[in-house]
Amino acid sequence: MAMGCVVDIIKTKDLVYEYIRRDEEGNVEGITRAVDEVDVAVRPGEFIAIVGHNGSGKSTLAKHINAICYPTEGSVFVDGKDTADEKHLWEIRRMAGMVFQNPDNQIIGQVVEEDVGFGPENMGIPTAQIWERVDESLSAVGMTAHRKKSPNRLSGGQKQRVSIAGVLAMRPKCIILDEPTAMLDPSGRKEVIRAVRALNDVEKITIVLITHYMDEAIFADRIFVMDKGRIAMTGTPRQIFHRVEELKQLRLDVPYVTLLAHKLRKSGVIKSDTTVLSIEELLDSLDIALPVKHESVGKSVNC
Amino acid sequence: MLRNITLGQYYPVDSIIHRLDPRVKLVATLLFIISLFVGRYTGYIVATLFLLTVIKLSKVPLRFIVRGMKAIVFIMLFAVVFNLFLTPGEVAVSFWVLSITWEGIRLAAMLAIRLILLLMGSSVMTLTTTPGNLTDGLEKLMRPLRVIRIPVHEVAMMMSIALRFIPILMEETDKIMKAQIARGADFESGNLIKKAKSLVPLLVPLFISAFRRANDLAMAMEARCYQGGEHRTKMKPLIYRWQDGVAYLLVLAYFAACIVAGRLLF
Repeated sequence: MAMGCVVDIIKTKDLVYEYIRRDEEGNVEGITRAVDEVDVAVRPGEFIAIVGHNGSGKSTLAKHINAICYPTEGSVFVDGKDTADEKHLWEIRRMAGMVFQNPDNQIIGQVVEEDVGFGPENMGIPTAQIWERVDESLSAVGMTAHRKKSPNRLSGGQKQRVSIAGVLAMRPKCIILDEPTAMLDPSGRKEVIRAVRALNDVEKITIVLITHYMDEAIFADRIFVMDKGRIAMTGTPRQIFHRVEELKQLRLDVPYVTLLAHKLRKSGVIKSDTTVLSIEELLDSLDIALPVKHESVGKSVNC
Repeated sequence: MLRNITLGQYYPVDSIIHRLDPRVKLVATLLFIISLFVGRYTGYIVATLFLLTVIKLSKVPLRFIVRGMKAIVFIMLFAVVFNLFLTPGEVAVSFWVLSITWEGIRLAAMLAIRLILLLMGSSVMTLTTTPGNLTDGLEKLMRPLRVIRIPVHEVAMMMSIALRFIPILMEETDKIMKAQIARGADFESGNLIKKAKSLVPLLVPLFISAFRRANDLAMAMEARCYQGGEHRTKMKPLIYRWQDGVAYLLVLAYFAACIVAGRLLF
């Protein structure tokens, strides 16, 4: 499994997953291939974004990493351990934490800090250490001030940060986020993405972010584009968003600035061929001397 | 409507009663309820005094607890009226076909006092204990039942999840109701049967969504290594302190006093 000197934190080999539809008598009606021969490898500390339109299999792929789904064919390795092997199950679920889409449906505790402690409680960690982990995790996502509150009193973005803290308290090597911002308002999305990026930068935790917001994907080291269960493209955000036409065929958007730059390039206004990912880069490539350049308009403008 | 019920609501202040171990409060409430049925008349005086002292110590305003009683006024009136008119015995007042007996008056008074004290007593418990603490306490107290294969941990977990989802599901009910009203549904007019029928289109989507939530939650719990009560540690374990011992003794003393007082005069 070793590739070079580091073991891949996540590795799939010819992964196939089939949903079997049954009618009321239990006869097989049809088989849907949700994931089709996927081969990916993620190195420790990487920030991966998986994008694709609805039904492209991105969520199903994510559930394999946490051993919630098992491969129909092929295999998934998390830190070198096969997810199909029952004896590694809890170890894998601890190492690869998962954050889901709906913030209400994944908070178990009635108080924020109790929810963050839920994972460590399940792992059988001694009480004193649970408190240590809860304190650390809450401060890592900036939720310490709300620790005594009921989750029902938090905003969507805050709830998702609590969910992230809950996963963090299990000290995972990798966190998979399955469309964590899909149900949030713009400011909530911003909060969550900021917290996720901080975990990747500071704590060096591997991140797998599943999203359909392209402006969130630009922060990733690499993007996997999925279509009909297959990996259609992989590459850095700059490489991926360079292929505007191909993305359109997969019914995917590119960030607004990138699209604008692309159109300007087509009409000859922009000469350089580098892909633009932020407003600043656009201004640079336009080569217009502007009186004031706002510092705040960077990558974070949309997200 | 559900917002007016004090029973089962937590009143967040810091007091000796609030800090007591939930197990003490559960046992005390149980003993208090038993004492109401064992001790009589003078026993109720002791019970009332005891309850008022506890309320005073708990720093929950008496008015707040009394307001919670409003929800059961109707049930109480019902029970009192039935007892007044339907108890056979020596007739005290009689008019038309109805008659009130002395025994009826006695029974009705006893019932009213019992009901009031019982509800006030149990609401003191829920007002001073967080739902989380309460389920923890229940889980610990019921632990011996595991011997006869009752899944105590699982039941406690279900209770606490149910408590967490009550506000979420209420909000959802509200949303569905508004959506239906916006499309011309009528929840207000008509007789009881018609009203009940109009709830069906409300309950169906609510149930579907509750099942979906349950499914999501189960997956989230599994993803966070939940594997039942075995090998599980507690972030906030329940540990008795000396105050809890004192409280147990005081409650026992009350219980004895209540029974003795009930037998003394009659």
